[in-house]
Order: sequence, then C-alpha cells, then structure tokens
Amino acid sequence: MIDLSNTYRTGKRSRLSLERKEAVWGYAFVLPWIIGFLVFTFGPLLFSLYASFTNYDITSQMDWVGVRNYRNMFTHDTLFWKSLHNTLYYVVFNVPLTTFAALLLAVTMNQKIPGMRIFRTVFYLPSVLAGVAVFYLWMMLLNPSTGLVNMALGWVGIDGPAWMTDPSWTKPAVILMKLWGAGGGMLLYLAALQGVPDHLYEAAELDGASPIRRFWHVTVPMITPVIFFELVTNLIGAFQIFQEGYVMVQDQATPGSPMNSLLFYNLHMFLKAFQSFQMGYATAMAWFLFVVVIVLTLINMALSKLWVHYEGGDNR
Amino acid sequence: MSTTAASSSGSYFQSRRARKRIANIVIAIIMIALGIVCLAPFWWMLSTSLKSMKEIMSFPPTKYPHALHWENYKHAWVSGHFSRYALNTLFLSCVGVVAHILSNTFIAYGFAKIKFPGKNFLFSLMLATMMIPGFCTLIPQYILFSKLHWVGTYLPLTIPGFFGSAFQIFMLRQFYLGIPNDLIEAAKIDGANHFYIWSRIMVPLAKPAVIVIAITTFQGAWNDFLGPLLYVNKESMFNIQIGLTAFRSAELTQWNYLMAASLISLAPVILLFFFFQRYFIEGMNIASGTKG
Repeated sequence: MIDLSNTYRTGKRSRLSLERKEAVWGYAFVLPWIIGFLVFTFGPLLFSLYASFTNYDITSQMDWVGVRNYRNMFTHDTLFWKSLHNTLYYVVFNVPLTTFAALLLAVTMNQKIPGMRIFRTVFYLPSVLAGVAVFYLWMMLLNPSTGLVNMALGWVGIDGPAWMTDPSWTKPAVILMKLWGAGGGMLLYLAALQGVPDHLYEAAELDGASPIRRFWHVTVPMITPVIFFELVTNLIGAFQIFQEGYVMVQDQATPGSPMNSLLFYNLHMFLKAFQSFQMGYATAMAWFLFVVVIVLTLINMALSKLWVHYEGGDNR
Repeated sequence: MSTTAASSSGSYFQSRRARKRIANIVIAIIMIALGIVCLAPFWWMLSTSLKSMKEIMSFPPTKYPHALHWENYKHAWVSGHFSRYALNTLFLSCVGVVAHILSNTFIAYGFAKIKFPGKNFLFSLMLATMMIPGFCTLIPQYILFSKLHWVGTYLPLTIPGFFGSAFQIFMLRQFYLGIPNDLIEAAKIDGANHFYIWSRIMVPLAKPAVIVIAITTFQGAWNDFLGPLLYVNKESMFNIQIGLTAFRSAELTQWNYLMAASLISLAPVILLFFFFQRYFIEGMNIASGTKG
C-alpha cells in the first residue's frame, strides 16, 4: 500500500517536474525575443516617454520641462501642423487608392485568361522594388519637360503639371508613384478570391444576379477580412512615410522641399532629432504619432465589426 | 415544343459563351495596356541609362537611345565607388539573413510547440509590438547605441537582428503549427531534446518559410536607407542606398549615370524576384493567416 502511494506520488512529482522542465525549455526558446523586446523596444519606449518631458539634447541637458514640448508642438511649431497635414493628405489618398487598385487588379487577375501568370509577374514586380533607385526613376519620369509621364499625358492632349517642382503637385506625384507599386496587395486579395467557393457564384447567377451585383454581394463580403487586414497594415505603413520627402527633393540640402510640401511628420521629427538635436521635442512628437496611430487602429477595429464578415459568423 | 426549347436554350448558351469570350478579350486588352504602363518606367530607366547626356537634354525626348553608351555603367560603377558600396550592402544583407533565420526559427518554435505559463501573454505582447511605428523607437534606440559607442559601426545594423522580429516569428509560428505534434512526441521518445528537435526536425521541415524569410530579409537589408543614414558616418562604410544619394549630389544632373547606378542597385532584387517568384507569392499566403 505504502509502496503504491509512493509510486503514485513520485509519478505525480515527475509529471510536475516534467512540466517544469518543459517550461524552462519554453522560456529558453523565447528568451532572445524577451531580451530584444526589453532592450530594443520596451526600454527605449519608456526612456523616450520620460525624455519627451525633458529638454534632452543627447549631450548634457536633461531637465524636466513638464508638458512644454507637447504645448510647443501644438501652439508654436507651424511646421508641426504642416508636416501633420502633409502626412494625413498622403494617408487619406494613398490608403484607399492602393487598397482599391490592388483589389481591382486581383479581381481582373482572377479571370481565366491565357497568359495570366505573366500578367501577375508584371503587376507584382514594381512592388518588389524599393529604395532610392525607385525615387530617382520617378523623379526622372515626372520631369515636366523630358519625363515620360507628361509626354504620355501630352498624347491625350493634357498639359501635365510640373510635379516635383510645384508644391501643390508633389504629394499627388508621390501618391502616383506609390500606385505603381500597388500590386503588392494584389496577391493577398487573389488568394482570398480563389478561396470564395464557386457554388456561391453559381447560386447567384441562377438567381439572375449581374456580374456587378455578384461582385458586391458575393465577392466583397467573402473577402472583407483580407480587405480589413490590408487597410490596417496600409494605414500604419502610410503614417511612416519619410524617405520620399528626404530623397525626392530638387535640392538635397533642404529635405521636404519645395516649400515644405514633402515635409512629412516623420521627416520633421527626424530633422528635429538629428539636425537640431532636440531629442526631447522629437520624442514628444513620436509619442503623439504613436497615440494617433493606436487610436486610428482601434477605431478601425471597432468599425470592422460593422462590415467585416468572418466565416461561421463568429467575430473573432 | 421540345425542339424549340432546346434550340432556344442552345442559342442562350451560345450567346453566353460569346459574351464571355468578348468579356475575356476586353479584359485581356485592359491587362495588356496596364502591363505596358507597369513596364514603361523600366524601359525608360534602361533607355536613359544608355543615352548620352546630350541626347537626354534634347527635346522632345527620344524613346530609345540612338547609340548605346554602355560605358555609362562602367562610369557609374567606378566613379561612385559602387563596388565598395555593393560589398558593404552584401555583407549587411547576408549577416541579416543569417541572424533572422537563426533567431526567428528558434523563438517561433518556443511559441508554437512548447507549453509554458505566460506564453499567451507574451505572444499577444509580441503581436502588439507590430503596431508600434518604427519611428517611435528610432530616437531612443539611437541614443542607446550612441551611449554604447556603436554609432559609426555596423553593430546597430546587425545585432538587433539576432533578437527576432515580431512579424517573422508570427509567420514561422503559423507554419510550425501545421507540422504534426506526433513528430515531436516520437523524437522525444527517442530521447531528443527540444534543441535537437528544433535544429534537426523543425527547421528543415520549415524550409519554404525559411526561404521566404531569407528573401524578405535580404530585400529589406538591401534597401535599408534609414539605418545606414543614422549609424554610418564614413564613406567607406556606405551601403548602396546611401551611395546612390551621394552619387546624385556628386553628379548632380547626370541622369544617364544616375540611372545606370540605380539599375545596378536594383539588379539583385530583380534577379532574386525572377529566380524565387514562387516564394514571394508563398510568403504572401503564409502572411495572410492560418487558413491560407
């Protein structure tokens, strides 16, 4: 009897220690991420939250100034509002346009036409390319007199604008360039479209639904989760715009030119931090952006309950 | 009666097929037109890179170069110290690929296949970090690296890669979840520990996902602009992207040289795309979620 209970107990203990051993392995595996998170994300975030209430300039000063940075941001810094406006302008046009263009491309790609694979490659290729080379390519294409874009507009009788030299056309120029790379989202939509069961289309067709009605009442509801995913990631991505304003300028010495029309929020923050070394102020700007992005993402998620349709009906 | 019904339904199907065929032709024409629009910039880039400066300045612009100036490429490569930049970029990209594969396959295994308390919390925390705009941690990270005296070295551009990246961990975890647990149980019965299972069973089985990570990491490192802009302060350490901006200010309006240099900088990514197209597409599918 005693022996039996002993074996039972040791059995339990060994199971417990097995679980503990398993847990040790688990922590060992995720430890690199935990360290990385603390050192490169959480620590820096905490520090920057503190720094945003100081006049930190990286060398000596770090005096507590309360909400002065935040107050100056909203009341004194006209470039802050300019850069926020530029970024919102970009977000408002870029996000719906690229989402819509990618969806439209995917729907067309989903037809059974010979040579579709070649088309997919052609439309996807521009989205793979990034970096300074693409910006230079587009600066050349958008050249008012010798560029391909205005030349093509001329063929249909349109007198093209001055694009990168005209402050009111620089942002549309950047948005146009981004549209060229919209094929990136296409593949996600394509995968989603191919997951829509055929019998739904057949049923709708038997009911006499036109192709357009079939698209709105069958296709779109079925792929709303992917549309939602794309909207959220595109939104967060669009707020990050920086390089275009730094590189695609006529005069490299003045980022954001002409007339600060390409001074995006992140560029303004970057210049505050690394040109005038107002680190405290720049971290305050970073935190404001963080809050804006989080709030917009949460709104997006709340709204998604109204239109995103998950199969099986459970809104996870 | 029955014959008329049959013939009318026959003509109905015939007209439907005809309509379908017309629709397909219209779609094909639109596709071809859009395809030309997509490819035209590449043509313009290639043609400009082969023109003489005199021809670029001429108005109206020529659609193709009158004489092929291949020496533009040589000039871009030699005068811009491009070989140096290319080597630096290759080094950074390769270290990045190795670091990301090692760390992310490792961490994702912990999140996918081992039970431990607090796992769900840590995993949610990791997903939440994907929402943090990169610029919010940029400045404090710079301060950290400058306090560590890492500015001016490649350390800020390489070391963080060894600590995992949320998106790739998430992607690999999705992939691991599809690998049956029986395999792990069987290996355990044979006396294998988790380290052995990770290195000998999981990573080899996750090869498609590992290739996707290798490609996207390489691409990201090759195109990295902000990192080197912040942390590199010597010309001999420039990567391709920074080298290109320096090249522009040095050769201000020499668009033929600039386009030759730009094409050189894009070439590896274009080649990668054509060789590994399947994996680019697979990566999108894995990223899109569990249901695939």
